[in-house]
Amino acid sequence: MMFDLTGKTALITGASGGIGGAIARALHAQGATVGLSGTRTEPLEALAAELGERAHVLPCNLSDKAAVEALPKQAAEAMGSVDILVNNAGITRDNLFMRMSDDEWQSVLDVNLTATFKLCKGVLRGMMKARWGRIVNISSVVGATGNPGQGNYAASKAGVVGMSKSLAYEVASRGITVNAVAPGFIATAMTDKLSEDQKAKINAQIPAGRMGDPAEIAAAVSYLASPEAAYVTGTTLHVNGGMAML
Amino acid sequence: MSDVADRVKKIVVEHLGVEEDKVTESASFIDDLGADSLDTVELVMAFEEEFGIEIPDDAAETIQTFGDAVKFISQAS
Repeated sequence: MMFDLTGKTALITGASGGIGGAIARALHAQGATVGLSGTRTEPLEALAAELGERAHVLPCNLSDKAAVEALPKQAAEAMGSVDILVNNAGITRDNLFMRMSDDEWQSVLDVNLTATFKLCKGVLRGMMKARWGRIVNISSVVGATGNPGQGNYAASKAGVVGMSKSLAYEVASRGITVNAVAPGFIATAMTDKLSEDQKAKINAQIPAGRMGDPAEIAAAVSYLASPEAAYVTGTTLHVNGGMAML
Repeated sequence: MSDVADRVKKIVVEHLGVEEDKVTESASFIDDLGADSLDTVELVMAFEEEFGIEIPDDAAETIQTFGDAVKFISQAS
């Protein structure tokens, strides 16, 4: 156990994915009760079964505005409170800028940025009253560096950083911290599909010479969610093997 | 003073840590009682809970003074 989160409750979006699942496992291992949110119920149920006690399944499609608004309440009802919010869910709809449709732009902004905004807003009341809260928003290295074909995704992830900093200012005096974690290339089911040649090209851009492991993102989130990180707010923790030193 | 006014005053005194006699009808939360903008949000949250009402954001913005709060809550509850 890295930190002690016994008695804390954590809502994690995108918990059915590789990184989200790792974050949920890490927070749970440190004693937190976890609310597992995601679009696909089946992997959430499987993760909850693996974790055993202190795990709640909270399916939510973040493209659905009403569902996003309902999620903080459902989480608070299931767990008693939401002390820690990890906005990890994200989608990509890559296309060259000149070919990008309004729909490709908007759908990525809706899920990655607007849903993050709404979920932050939805958990703040409880955190303000408790005078304690941790919000960790998952950004991306491309939010800082840009990436061809990802104008929408990069904008959403840079937006998450600016939004997190603004909120961090507003609630710092109430014991609530708001930070971002910006992963670089992380080995997940998505990157498993790449050819060895593609992987070698990616690894050549990374000083560490390899992709990151989801558990390495989860460790960064665990720190920012911990009582020990009370004096860290408005920051972005880059976890990218040295790919971009920011 | 009405029951509503007493309950509102108690919340204001506790939350902002001000003397009770400073909380007059025309006392502005921000200008006279030292609240910052986030304090006013928290006061509205506390009023909602105390009186079991919902104060929409646009109405909350019109509640600037102790008198405003008492008037709004008296009408809403």
